[in-house]
Amino acid sequence: MRCNTRIPSGCAISGLMCESGDRIDGSAIINSIALMHDRSNGLGGGFAAYGIYPRRSDQYAFHMMFDDLAAKENFDEYVKDHFIVEKDEIIPTRPFGNITNPPLLWRYFLNVDEKKLEFVEDREYVVNKVMEINSKVPGSFVSSSGKNMGAFKGVGYPEDIGHFYKLEEYKGYIWTSHGRFPTNTPGWWGGAHPFGLLDWSIVHNGEISSYGINKRYLEMFGYKLELRTDTEVVAYLFDLLVRRHNLPMEMAIKALSAPFWDSIDRMEPQVKELMTAIRMVYGGALLNGPYSIILGHSRGMMGLNDRIKLRPMTCGRKDDMLYMSSEESAIREIEPDLDIVWSPKAGEAVIGTLNGDVE
Amino acid sequence: MVTELSSVSQIPPEFHVKVDHDQCRRCKRCVLNCSFGCMQFKDKVTPDHSKCVACHRCTTFCPENAISITPHPITYKENANWTERIRQNTLKQAETGGILLTGMGNPKPYPILWDHLLIDACQVTNPSIDPLREPMELRTFLGSKPNHLEFERDEHNNVKLKTQLAPQIQLDIPVIFAAMSYGAVSHNVHKSLAIAANKMGTLMNTGEGGLHEDLYPYSGRIMVQVASGRFGVHSDYLKASAAVEIKIGQGAKPGIGGHLPGEKVGLEISKTRMIPAGTDALSPAPHHDIYSIEDLSQLIFAIKEATDYEKPVSVKIAAVHNVAAIASGIVRAGADIVTIDGFRGGTGATPAIIRDNVGIPIELALAAVDQRLRDEGIRNQASLVCAGSIREAADVAKAIALGADACVIGTAALVALGCRVCQKCYTGNCAWGIATQRPELTRRLNPDVGSKRLCNLLTAWGHELQEVLGSLGVNSIESLRGSRERLRGVGLDKETLEILGVKPAGVGM
Repeated sequence: MRCNTRIPSGCAISGLMCESGDRIDGSAIINSIALMHDRSNGLGGGFAAYGIYPRRSDQYAFHMMFDDLAAKENFDEYVKDHFIVEKDEIIPTRPFGNITNPPLLWRYFLNVDEKKLEFVEDREYVVNKVMEINSKVPGSFVSSSGKNMGAFKGVGYPEDIGHFYKLEEYKGYIWTSHGRFPTNTPGWWGGAHPFGLLDWSIVHNGEISSYGINKRYLEMFGYKLELRTDTEVVAYLFDLLVRRHNLPMEMAIKALSAPFWDSIDRMEPQVKELMTAIRMVYGGALLNGPYSIILGHSRGMMGLNDRIKLRPMTCGRKDDMLYMSSEESAIREIEPDLDIVWSPKAGEAVIGTLNGDVE
Repeated sequence: MVTELSSVSQIPPEFHVKVDHDQCRRCKRCVLNCSFGCMQFKDKVTPDHSKCVACHRCTTFCPENAISITPHPITYKENANWTERIRQNTLKQAETGGILLTGMGNPKPYPILWDHLLIDACQVTNPSIDPLREPMELRTFLGSKPNHLEFERDEHNNVKLKTQLAPQIQLDIPVIFAAMSYGAVSHNVHKSLAIAANKMGTLMNTGEGGLHEDLYPYSGRIMVQVASGRFGVHSDYLKASAAVEIKIGQGAKPGIGGHLPGEKVGLEISKTRMIPAGTDALSPAPHHDIYSIEDLSQLIFAIKEATDYEKPVSVKIAAVHNVAAIASGIVRAGADIVTIDGFRGGTGATPAIIRDNVGIPIELALAAVDQRLRDEGIRNQASLVCAGSIREAADVAKAIALGADACVIGTAALVALGCRVCQKCYTGNCAWGIATQRPELTRRLNPDVGSKRLCNLLTAWGHELQEVLGSLGVNSIESLRGSRERLRGVGLDKETLEILGVKPAGVGM
């Protein structure tokens, strides 16, 4: 069932965030991505939502896809050995539209036993286990593994996927979404966006032309790239740079979407030294080729374009709401009366930060 | 009792020189230009075919285009096993009793893997980029990089770099000039290379013969070599450089030393190499203070101490069977740059048996080393420089995709200066003033003209590399570096493809 062929794709993306931490239900994001129906071809759609499990916000929420019941039983044995399972349940869905052949969708709320954390920090432990499940536990796939968040994705048009997962019943402070136009037919639910690891989630319109070296660069640090998607590469790069190397987010962004040498040569000496060092050391992490991505994490949302803006992205603000999308129309569809709307420059990140506490 | 051989050589000439006497105006330019004694004047130009090496000097300078050179019409009886080369060499050894000497790189028809690798391009799903309209970056840094950077905030909450980086050399194009010693090549070659390296923002390499004092002004773009003979190595030499290279081996002659005959050691070379004029300059096969990897580590750090840790230290080795493990050891021994020289690499003089039969192709060596360093998580710790018959910009692009940080060109640079790859460098008679110390020949190469030709070559290659990057849809060389996904193999067996880390053509991503 799993597709081991890399599928280049074009896409639609949309994201919204309430910087004050207020939570809204999933219908707005469905309406936004639905407007860009023609940018997808029905072969993949998905959503990431943050703040959806407030009562279990300190537990790792694993959204799982199983090929069949046997795979789930196999996984149940595995998960018991490696985690404390606080709760597990089927992910509620409704039959909808053209959504056919879904895998078995299940979620687990997990804690890690202190005894297992003697030599490794808990997030590192979880990352290792996610890698292990996706590469070694047959028929099982982790579609998201963060706290108080989750990915909802599958094969179909994104708006159909949204209704299928009953997203109007969830409330979150960040919603991102993706409609996929792959140039091949994988027919595999795990291959849809968003891609997530811990609380990182990525939706992505584009093709990373530097995929080959980004993959080999990540492999040097122990990442196993099972999905062969660009999106996976982006998520792992953020995990490596921000979580493991402890880079400030603004520096990680500069590594991924580096300024040109022409610009660096004109910078103030201290900044120039910084940028030169980043390009020297993190050349393998430079994302090259056309992309616009929306990164979600528990404290914010970030939009980023490639170095010469080969893919579209428009942003808008209204009060404490931040919107990002492939098309302005998809923002206007859900908020016609914007305070400000702009197209960020190539390589310039748009950052939304959670100001308050989540309600 | 010594038995004299017949005074008539049995060795047939390789080339036949034909002078069209209807066109020839008997200006004798060919006679003056021929440094091998082939063109003689007896009423008219009369070539001694046996002395022709096909260096093209006479044909280039004949104002009437009256000279042509062809393979000699004497033919051996056809034999796929006893080739002409083997029979010719057997005759030579029967007459001389010596090791067969030769120059330049391995000419035998081993598979050239560069020519079995094809590069990807963008279509529809990702756009190609026009290098004439968009920035297309080739800038490269050689030196050891940390695995990650650390930052701190200053009093104004600005992000500052906390990590202290090891010394780096900035290259504006990832192509550097090969190590060729003053002695093997002429002063004017060194000067041409130095001027060009300076103008183009790249490096030249002194080779093992020291650096003539005239070239110290260019030292910011000069990598100085420390080889087994330690010729010309002194404190100022090390400190004046951009980087220091310890030469362990050379692709054209792995495991053996070097020999510059005393007749080439004139006053200037004697001063530069710090040896008496007229004495042979012998480079031993191994360094006499390096008998294992821990000794190499000591020399690396001795050089770093001597240069106040301000210069990257490179270690150059020939590509041999166990190259990946050796390179890993070299990185762990503290080298900032590892230069690997493949079995097709050039030389001024080497025994043909070594050049033609020892070592492995650079393509495989490079792929194996890059992968090994990645598997060990130490690829960042050293830059990887690839040498040994980089013939054109396409080879550079493919080498970088396999994992090289930069490529080295020796023969290509000499060809730009006039070399016709006649393989007679070891005779000291180079008609183009390149591999010779005879003053009447060396003055044929004007460093201003030579450097301009080298700059032109690098400029052209730079544009070609930019075209390749653009068609790949990336705008920076680091997005090609190590990106083997963008290469495909044709006509290669499975094991070779596995070592190269490249898929066969026809297989998608």
